[in-house]
Amino acid sequence: MSVLVYTENWEGKFKKLSFELVSYASAVAEMLNEKVVAVSIGKADDDELKKLADYGAGKIINVVGDQFKNLDNQAYTQVLAGIAQSEGSKVILFSNNNAGKALAPRLSVRLKAGIASGVSRLPLSLEPFTVYKRAYSGNAFAHMVIKSGVKIITLAQNSFDLARKPTEAVPETITYEGDASAFKTVVTDVQKQSGKIVLTDAEIVVSGGRGMKSPDNWAPLVDLAALLGGATACSRPVSDEGWRPHEEHTGQTGKIIAPNLYIAIGISGSTQHLAGISSSKYIVAINTDKDAPIFEAAQYGIVGDAMKVLPKLIDAVKELKK
Amino acid sequence: MKILVCISNVPDTTTRIKFVEGNTSIDTTGIQWVINPWDELSLTRALELRDDQSTGVKLVTVAHVGPASAEPTIRKALAIGADDAIRVNSESSDAYFVAAQIAEIARKEQYDIIMCGIESSDFNGSVVGGMISEFLAIPSVSSVSGLKVENGVPSLTREIDGGKESVEVPVPFVAIVQKGIAKEPRIAAMRGIMMARTKPVRVYEPVAADKLTDITGFEKPGRRAACKYVDADNPAQLIDLLQNEAKVI
Repeated sequence: MSVLVYTENWEGKFKKLSFELVSYASAVAEMLNEKVVAVSIGKADDDELKKLADYGAGKIINVVGDQFKNLDNQAYTQVLAGIAQSEGSKVILFSNNNAGKALAPRLSVRLKAGIASGVSRLPLSLEPFTVYKRAYSGNAFAHMVIKSGVKIITLAQNSFDLARKPTEAVPETITYEGDASAFKTVVTDVQKQSGKIVLTDAEIVVSGGRGMKSPDNWAPLVDLAALLGGATACSRPVSDEGWRPHEEHTGQTGKIIAPNLYIAIGISGSTQHLAGISSSKYIVAINTDKDAPIFEAAQYGIVGDAMKVLPKLIDAVKELKK
Repeated sequence: MKILVCISNVPDTTTRIKFVEGNTSIDTTGIQWVINPWDELSLTRALELRDDQSTGVKLVTVAHVGPASAEPTIRKALAIGADDAIRVNSESSDAYFVAAQIAEIARKEQYDIIMCGIESSDFNGSVVGGMISEFLAIPSVSSVSGLKVENGVPSLTREIDGGKESVEVPVPFVAIVQKGIAKEPRIAAMRGIMMARTKPVRVYEPVAADKLTDITGFEKPGRRAACKYVDADNPAQLIDLLQNEAKVI
């Protein structure tokens, strides 16, 4: 019996969300009195894999093979299903990110395991197995009971604190010996924005809305994000106008993020925008309109013109960094 | 080539959600029901492909699992331009059950591409598309922000953390689509609305499938503390609060 956790690696490296997920898995495993088995697909070094043990992984499996260079949902699911069965996994955990959303539902059908996605707390009860998950795009949370024997959960990013709980687990490597024809996804081109912080991973996000007035006014916003070590984002009208790329759009139909700090500049705060950012730990609003709904969501606010406030804000951050 | 577009019927995204019956169900009073925003984008892209002769896409069908009360949303999809529609006459409370119904339709009618929105704005599951593909044992591509078809050969763009990939998979497959798939949702024109009245909506009874989850209640997010205002002439105070009070920088 076990709690299985899929720890994605990015070119052999884990990210904070991997360790969040293992921390969460350890807490769930403690409730169930089970062991945590972490599985990562695609080659990672032992030193990197051992980091999973720091957060409570009692067994660490690395499945390697040349085929795993690119994500193939069907083939990856097959591998995970095999491990879940041999480890007798009762609960299977994924991050609620691109790969988690791609794999967890397939595994759900394969194992006939009910799934709850976007979970942000420990299970509310074990009998019945009830979890707390995002619903109505952040306007509510649902209590969802998973009735099947095996349960799958995807964990909302940045919703669970890291908790160190070292074990002595030694990583085990398994070489994939399955059928190469199982891989049907051919990747013909990859475009990566190197050196940029991934928006969904960022702990600080500086975001601009129509109140920025023109795409030519973005430089100070980008500077502020860089000074704070954060990522840049924008509201929907801004990406629809083509002022910023659509990858930056945060909101209901764009990216759903939960940074520690979200600075909304010139964003009025429509229901749809708030749906994408309401799980942020702290929200700062800078807006000329004192009645803008963004101030109801924010803990800190400045009523003022972004173009005047931003340079002063940048100076203050520079002063702090001295 | 045939495309099946799965649509969900959801409250308009500006709705202020309220719950009734001891917070176990949503208060539907005054709610405007719409096509789930991602499904609307995926329908738009499917229609763009059909309307372009060079793609080889000839038919776009919409599929919905839900009671008869969802008919106006299905008619809207037809008015926007879908050729025909299938409704599975059932409640749609569990993703596994819903996916089993759509998989059954796909099995019977042999679609080449099945398009699903990345999530629905009500239950935020992000699971039905992936489930359909596994029921059918066919490939799935998730986080799809681009879909092209040239002479019956599809190619996709999918988002990965910090970038994108160009991807090819053999048909049939499930494309789980997100923002970027179409620029703006297509809007129904008067002619489309008139034509939608005569387009066929086939109603199927559900096939047997288990329900693996139940929603037993809802709660609203806790209220945040009131906003603390900082003088626009003194943003340094904001930085001080973020550093020493919130401790986030």
